[in-house]
Amino acid sequence: MTVPDVMMLFVTVLGGTAALLVVTSRNVVHSALYLVVALLAVAGAFLTLGAEFVAWAQVLVYVGAVVVLLLFGLMLTRAPIGPMAQGNELGRALPLAVSIALFAVLVTLIFQSFSGTTISLTHVSPAALGEVLYVAFALPFMALGLLLTLALIGAVVIARREEGEGPLPEPDEEPSDAAALREPTPSDVSTVPGRPAPSGEREVSA
Amino acid sequence: MEAVYPLTFAALLFSIGAYGLLSRRNAVLVLMSLELMLAAVTINLVTFGAIAGDGLLTGQVFALFVMAIGAAEIGVGIAIILLIYRNRASVNIDDADLMRY
Repeated sequence: MTVPDVMMLFVTVLGGTAALLVVTSRNVVHSALYLVVALLAVAGAFLTLGAEFVAWAQVLVYVGAVVVLLLFGLMLTRAPIGPMAQGNELGRALPLAVSIALFAVLVTLIFQSFSGTTISLTHVSPAALGEVLYVAFALPFMALGLLLTLALIGAVVIARREEGEGPLPEPDEEPSDAAALREPTPSDVSTVPGRPAPSGEREVSA
Repeated sequence: MEAVYPLTFAALLFSIGAYGLLSRRNAVLVLMSLELMLAAVTINLVTFGAIAGDGLLTGQVFALFVMAIGAAEIGVGIAIILLIYRNRASVNIDDADLMRY
């Protein structure tokens, strides 16, 4: 076995163990921390395959940003820290059967199709990848930037509503000035200075 | 290196992610399992790009694209989960049945 083979075996064991702990850990915060290990193992696999820039982007984007976002999601939803309620037996046995069958089918197909194929491990420098990204793939790259911007705006718009607004979202007719960002809750709606209480739409939510 | 090693790693991550996606009840943990499956897809893209060995590095470029789309998806997903939590006081995906039937 050559050095890259040992490296790939190592990240496979590490990533597989961490991923198993992600999906089986009772503690949700431990799941998020095991996800860090699993994604770092994926970055190690990228490094072994010679994709240097993709590996560091994986570390920056996933380990740096996405896991922090998931931890924020766990904290903001006040998820029960600690052992959580177990599903019924069917709720565990059926997914287990599905995933084992999926893994068996995938591995069988992989070994049938690629058992003789070898990869020539050439190191791709970030400069070469950047040149391809900004010349040949310039338009998709810009479209991706637009998509990220729109997704961020959409996430803000979705998550912005205040707590007292009730279970059903109302039609969005608030003025778009800065005062609208701090929407009064139904309890203090009559005490907001300078703004008449929007009576029509408030009655719906109260 | 044999091409089957990274592909097996990707298949392992994908299957484990599928198990978590189906068995977990907390919506944030479902998103984590989805992240594992996306990571498996990026490993596959980089591996097939290395097998093809094209000058345009298509595999790595599309791995980056999948990564960016995954980040956008996590942002929107967390926002939706927060909204559901605000309205229903629960992140159990079985409780989010407002649009059922």
